[in-house]
Amino acid sequence: MSAPIVRVQNLTKQFGNFTAVDHVSFEIQPGETVGLLGPNGAGKTTTFQMLLGVITPTHGTIEMLGFDLLHHREEILRQVNFSSTYISMPYALTVEENLRVIGRLYGVSGIDRRIDDVIKKLEMEDMRHKIARKLSSGQMTRLTLAKAVLTEPKILFLDEPTASLDPDIAHKVKGFLKEYRATSGLSMLYTSHNMREIEEMSDRIVFLQRGKVIAEGTAQEVIAQYGEDDLEQVFLKIARER
Amino acid sequence: MNVGRILALISRHLFLYRRSFPRLLEIFYWPLLDLVVWGFITVYLAQEGKELHGAVVFFLGALIFWDILFRAQQGITISFLEEIWSRNLMNLFASPLTAGEFLAAMMAMSIFKVAAVSIIMAFAALFFYSYNVFIMGLTLIPFIMNLIASGWLIGILTTSVIMRFGQQAEVLAWGLVFLFQPISCVFYPLSVLPGWLQPLAMANPAAHVFEGMREVLLNQAVPWSHLWWAMGLNGLYLLIMIAIYQYTFAACKDRGMLVRVGE
Ligand SMILES: Nc1ncnc2c1ncn2[C@@H]1O[C@H](COP(=O)(O)OP(=O)(O)OP(=O)(O)O)[C@@H](O)[C@H]1O
Ligand SMILES: [Mg+2]
Repeated sequence: MSAPIVRVQNLTKQFGNFTAVDHVSFEIQPGETVGLLGPNGAGKTTTFQMLLGVITPTHGTIEMLGFDLLHHREEILRQVNFSSTYISMPYALTVEENLRVIGRLYGVSGIDRRIDDVIKKLEMEDMRHKIARKLSSGQMTRLTLAKAVLTEPKILFLDEPTASLDPDIAHKVKGFLKEYRATSGLSMLYTSHNMREIEEMSDRIVFLQRGKVIAEGTAQEVIAQYGEDDLEQVFLKIARER
Repeated sequence: MNVGRILALISRHLFLYRRSFPRLLEIFYWPLLDLVVWGFITVYLAQEGKELHGAVVFFLGALIFWDILFRAQQGITISFLEEIWSRNLMNLFASPLTAGEFLAAMMAMSIFKVAAVSIIMAFAALFFYSYNVFIMGLTLIPFIMNLIASGWLIGILTTSVIMRFGQQAEVLAWGLVFLFQPISCVFYPLSVLPGWLQPLAMANPAAHVFEGMREVLLNQAVPWSHLWWAMGLNGLYLLIMIAIYQYTFAACKDRGMLVRVGE
C-alpha cells in the first residue's frame, strides 16, 4: 500500500477546559474519500479547521502529502482546498473576479484557461460576470466549489457541501464531485448529516462522538459492528446513548 | 514573503474599489471637506491680521499631513475590516497566505490610499488657496514616509485589537487614531503642552514630524534631529506592533477564533 496522503495522529483540541477533539487518529489514502460523521458538536468542523491550519491543535500531529503541517504549511496548503455551504466569497466581486483572486493566491498557472474550464464544468457561464451578492445560495455553493477545484488540489476538504441545497442541486453537486474525483484522482474528507450521502460518497467512514473516534471502517463494516440495518440506524443508536 | 500572494490580495481590493462608488467617494470626500472648512478658517484668520499669515501655512500643512497619517492608518484597518465584512478570512487563511503577507498587502493598500488622498489634497490646496505644499521640496519625502509609518503603527494596533475582541472593537477603526492626536502636536507646537504631557509627545514619532514640519516652514532648514527621532521611534514601534499583530494572530488560531472574527 502506498503512503497515506493524510495522516492524523492523536489530534486534540481543547478550548479552555472543554475538549472538542480528543486524540483523533485516522489516515486517508491517495484517491480515497473518507466520510467524517457524528452528531452536532462532535468536533468535525474543528478537525477540518485544524487540517486547514486555521486552528492550532493542542496536541497531536497532522501530516499531509508527506509533510508536517506545522512546519510546511505553505507547501501543503497550496495543494489543498476546501468548500462548504457555510462559507461565502466576497460579495462585491463578480464570480470571475473572485476566481481570479483565488487563482493568484494559490499561484495557479494558466489562470484564464483554468477559469474557463471550471466555469464550463460547473455550468456557470450565465453567472460568470454576476456580482457575488446577487447569487442565490445554490449559485454561491457552486462558486465555492469552483474556487475549491480551480486550484487543482490533491486533497479536498468538504464540510457539509450539500447542506441547505435543494435535492436537485445537491444531486448535481455530488455528481460533479464524483466525476471530478474520478478524473483527477484526488482525495477527499467529507462531512454530511445525510447518511445516505455519506454512504454514497465515502470509501470509508470515521465516526466521531464528543471529539472521539468511536467507529471506523467501510459503511458496511460499521453497520455490521453495531448490528443495525443502515448507517442512519447506527447514527441514531450512537447519538441517543449519550 | 510571496509577492504573488500579496499582489493577489491587492487585486482583490482593487476589484472592490473599482466597483464601489461609496468606497471611492470615501477617499475623496473627507479630505476635501476638511480642506474646504479649514482652508476658509485660515484664510479668514490671515485677513484679520498680517502677523497671522503664517497660520495659513501652518494649518493647511498640518491638515494635509494629519490626513496622510489618518489615511495610512485607515488603509490598514479598513482593508482588514473588508475581509471581516465579506467573511473572507477563512478563504484567505486556509490558503497558503501568511499573516505577514496579509499585513504587507494591507500596507500596500495604505500607500495607494495615501497617494490618492495626498495628490488630491495638494492640488486642491493649490487650486483653492494657492497653497503650495511642494514649497517644502524634497524634505517632504522623509516626512511623508514617517507619517505613513506612524499611521501604520495605529493601524496595526487597531487591527490586532479588532482581531482579539471582534466586532465590538470596530469603532476603534475610526477612533483610536484621535487618541494620539493631542500628543501628535498637529496644530500647535509641543511647547504648549503641559509639562507632564511633553515627554509622552516626545516619545510619539508623529509629534516629531509635525514639529519638524513647522521648522521647515519657519526656517527653511531641514530639521534632521526631528526626522531622526521620528524614524528611530517609528522603526522601534513598528517592530513592536508587528510582534503584537503576529502574537494576536497566533492567539486567535489557538482560540479557534481566527475565522470567526466578527461573527
Ligand atoms: N472557537 C471555539 N471556542 C470554543 N468552543 C468551540 C470553538 N469552536 C468549536 N467549539 C466547540 O467545540 C465543539 C465541536 O464543534 P464543531 O463545530 O467542531 O462540531 P461539528 O461536529 O462540526 O458540529 P455540527 O455538526 O453542528 O457542524 C462544540 O461543542 C463547539 O461548541
Ligand atoms: Mg460543523
